[in-house]
Amino acid sequence: MLKYLLKRFLVMIPTLVVISALVFIIIQLPPGDYLESHIAELESQGESIDPQKIEFLRHEYGLDKPFWEQYLVWITGFVQGDLGYSFEYNLPVAEVIGDKMWLTIIVSFFTILVTWLIAFPIGMYSATHPYSWSDYSLTLVGFLGLATPNFLLALVMLYLANRYFGTSIGGLMDPEFMDQDWSWAKVKSVLEHLWIPVLVIGTSGTAGMIRRLRANLMDELRKPYVVTGRAKGLGETRLLVKYPLRLSMNFFIADIGSLLPSIISGAEVVAVVLSLPTTGPILLAALQSQDMYLAGSFLMFLAALTVVGVLVSDILLAMLDPRIRLQGGAQR
Amino acid sequence: MHAEQQTIQDQASDEPLLEIQNLAVSFMVHGSEIPAVKDVSFTIPKGKTVAIVGESGSGKSVTSQAILGILPSNGRISNGSIQYHCKPKNKPAQTVDIATLAPTSHEMRDLRGDEISIIFQEPMVSLSPVHTLLDQIGEALKLHKQVSKSDVRDAVLSMLEKTGFPDPEKALNQYPFELSGGLRQRAMISMALICQPALLIADEPTTALDVTVQAQILQLIKSLQAEFGMSVLLITHDLGVVANMADEVVVMFHGEVVERGPIEALFNNPQHPYLKALFAAIPTFDMADNARLTSLRPVELDSHFLQQQRKPWSQQEREHAPHLSIQQLGKDYYTRHGSWHGSNSVTHAVRDFNLDIQVGESFGLVGESGCGKTTLSKMLMRAISPTHGNIVYNDRGTSRHLLELDDPSLRDFRQKMQFVFQDPFSSLSPRMTVLDILCEPFIIHGIGDSAFHKQRAKELMALVGLDARFLNRYPHSFSGGQRQRISIARALALQPDLLILDEPVSALDVSVQAQILNLLKDLQRDLNLTYLFISHNLAVVDYIADRIGVMCRGQLVEIAPRHSLFQNPQHPYTHALLAAIPYPELERPLDYSQLDRRHMEPTHWPRPYRLSEDDAGILKEVGEQHFVREATQ
Repeated sequence: MLKYLLKRFLVMIPTLVVISALVFIIIQLPPGDYLESHIAELESQGESIDPQKIEFLRHEYGLDKPFWEQYLVWITGFVQGDLGYSFEYNLPVAEVIGDKMWLTIIVSFFTILVTWLIAFPIGMYSATHPYSWSDYSLTLVGFLGLATPNFLLALVMLYLANRYFGTSIGGLMDPEFMDQDWSWAKVKSVLEHLWIPVLVIGTSGTAGMIRRLRANLMDELRKPYVVTGRAKGLGETRLLVKYPLRLSMNFFIADIGSLLPSIISGAEVVAVVLSLPTTGPILLAALQSQDMYLAGSFLMFLAALTVVGVLVSDILLAMLDPRIRLQGGAQR
Repeated sequence: MHAEQQTIQDQASDEPLLEIQNLAVSFMVHGSEIPAVKDVSFTIPKGKTVAIVGESGSGKSVTSQAILGILPSNGRISNGSIQYHCKPKNKPAQTVDIATLAPTSHEMRDLRGDEISIIFQEPMVSLSPVHTLLDQIGEALKLHKQVSKSDVRDAVLSMLEKTGFPDPEKALNQYPFELSGGLRQRAMISMALICQPALLIADEPTTALDVTVQAQILQLIKSLQAEFGMSVLLITHDLGVVANMADEVVVMFHGEVVERGPIEALFNNPQHPYLKALFAAIPTFDMADNARLTSLRPVELDSHFLQQQRKPWSQQEREHAPHLSIQQLGKDYYTRHGSWHGSNSVTHAVRDFNLDIQVGESFGLVGESGCGKTTLSKMLMRAISPTHGNIVYNDRGTSRHLLELDDPSLRDFRQKMQFVFQDPFSSLSPRMTVLDILCEPFIIHGIGDSAFHKQRAKELMALVGLDARFLNRYPHSFSGGQRQRISIARALALQPDLLILDEPVSALDVSVQAQILNLLKDLQRDLNLTYLFISHNLAVVDYIADRIGVMCRGQLVEIAPRHSLFQNPQHPYTHALLAAIPYPELERPLDYSQLDRRHMEPTHWPRPYRLSEDDAGILKEVGEQHFVREATQ
């Protein structure tokens, strides 16, 4: 097992190197660089720029260096914790992302928590009472949630809240707290605003989770070992939790791999609509304006989290399921 | 006073433990109530074994589920009573009517697993794959008795010892998939007996096991029954098992009890036509050459269409070469140990395999699970490629080396040699009608137009005794026997000369088995087919084959014409196989003393049969066409 872990860690290194190169290439793929798109933007507004200043900036930012050199500068800085400099914001990348990262993590964390809290009981109920009226109605609600685009739901919520409650639900806190330090009042305000994006972002995830849990659990409920447990005299609830639920968990654990990156990104469109101060919109803007260090650092974060997430789910799967741990040549 | 009563009760052996009266169970299917069990009455005496015999769908398993209160959610007891007389050991003597208890009630849950427990047919799927044996076996004990964790461990340990685990201490923390089939069933038995129940229900406990393992499990159940003084309700379709286990027999047919009584009466003087037919449907070793099994539902086959289309082999073609010649065939598997580097170990799935099958011959291949017989059949079909060796096929006078065929010629060649699978439930696509299934071979090989396909499909249906009106149905509307007939028809569609039949009857009931075996015999006679018939059941092979090969650990250990194999078996492994077969005759009980596991180990065979890793041995002729593998040194 230890050997396996070590091997997995070692494999992660070349994987991340390849990803970083790919990320950098893809960011550089569109013609031009940040300065050119910046000039184009300024010119469209009727301003003219001194070509000498451009040359100076280009040299200053290292944009005139060869491609691989730019990559090396970026990646060595990245490894040392220097994420580079955002042209657009005129700030180090770490500062641009900093505060927003925390808010994003809070939103995502609560979204995931709410998704699980709602999906698990409903999924378990649906699976144990299949084809009943209650199952059908829950299924209908689930499909509605699955089929409604999140941004539409966000718009509807915005409208309803504005029309009937007279409040603006955009953002994650009242405007007066925006640039203040953290305080109790600020936390309260955040919590007050949090539930709408959590609900909006969580609906489709919850609906999907209910469907998958129901399908997986129903497969397991048909297996003979459930009858064996019942024949031992186990009560229905304990039976359900100990055997079929445990065995239907594999899909859920495997999900964690894709969950981790979605904690710091994801739901960009909803974030734009609800004007949430999360990282999603920043990534979007950075990619549009070829703000390469910002976009690059961001994409690298996502990649690293994906790789780590997959590793975590693999380890959890092996811990939870002895068939994975012990089969395929592994020895006790 | 109380203790005295108890001893008296124990001695009165005919005192009933469970009395079932007029039991009826029905299932709600698509809004209508369908009876599965109608008016069943029988009694299980204390300490005795009652066997329920019947084919699948006769309601025998449903009866056992009703006793345990574990009927599927759409089933219910619609009538009758199940009087259970609690054993006075734990509680004051009392009688409960299980039929009136709600399945989820506390009273019922207290009975389940403690007083009444069950073992199932398929130990692998009936055990949870992710819980250790200690957890699963000890669970019932924790539920029903107030015991500490270390007591549970001790109890499980001694139970595993009793059920014959070679290393109980290690087994505690093992998972079911790490065990062999036999050990899994032993774990299942440990689980059922951990609370020392008064009644053990054994639902086809040995059907999924090899004969030698079956004999050991039967012996184990018998000895534990004597030790614990419990009653056993044995559910089976195998009269051989019944003869060795039961005191009383209940015969069920279509949800009703058609005959019941002490085993001697039923075996020596069966009354009901179904029971008589059941006895006539079992193949036995002392059958005459042309004796036929009597099938419960005989099929009339019409083979004259296909007979007309077939060109018989000429004398010259026949004598050119054996129909199939397997030469030095071997398949090795390498298992990697460790993940980075390290030694590879070799498993010889098939080793040094030499066999000639003559044109028109029916060759039977017998062996237990894991002996390599399926690997062999897959190599013959070129589904997997052998490590070394040669397969030469006599294609009506021309020798063709199967392993050298390229893809297009292999495709053409497939018409000559076809395969019939074991499980007719999974080998037919549920999304194709029978017509599609039977036409597919023609479409794949681009033969004929759709009118021709339809005509041929009708002929094929007649060939296996099915009505052509069924062509538009889907496989699920057929019974197991009918489905197997459909897959035989599919295999015969392209008019092959050689059929490989891999356990074609082992998934079927005895009565249906007789029907399929007779059909196969008739087809071979009418169409002059060559068979390679693979089975674990010696009696079945004896009925269908002219010559039999016994396979163990990837090697043929004995080849002989069927008479000499059964009258004069040479090899210790053949002896062990023959000794493990339960006969449906009361005068021939199993001889448990012969069931030494060492007969399965080539390194433990007595000289001159003993083989080693380096010594694969050679086949030595000991009689006319009778070969036995002996060591070379």
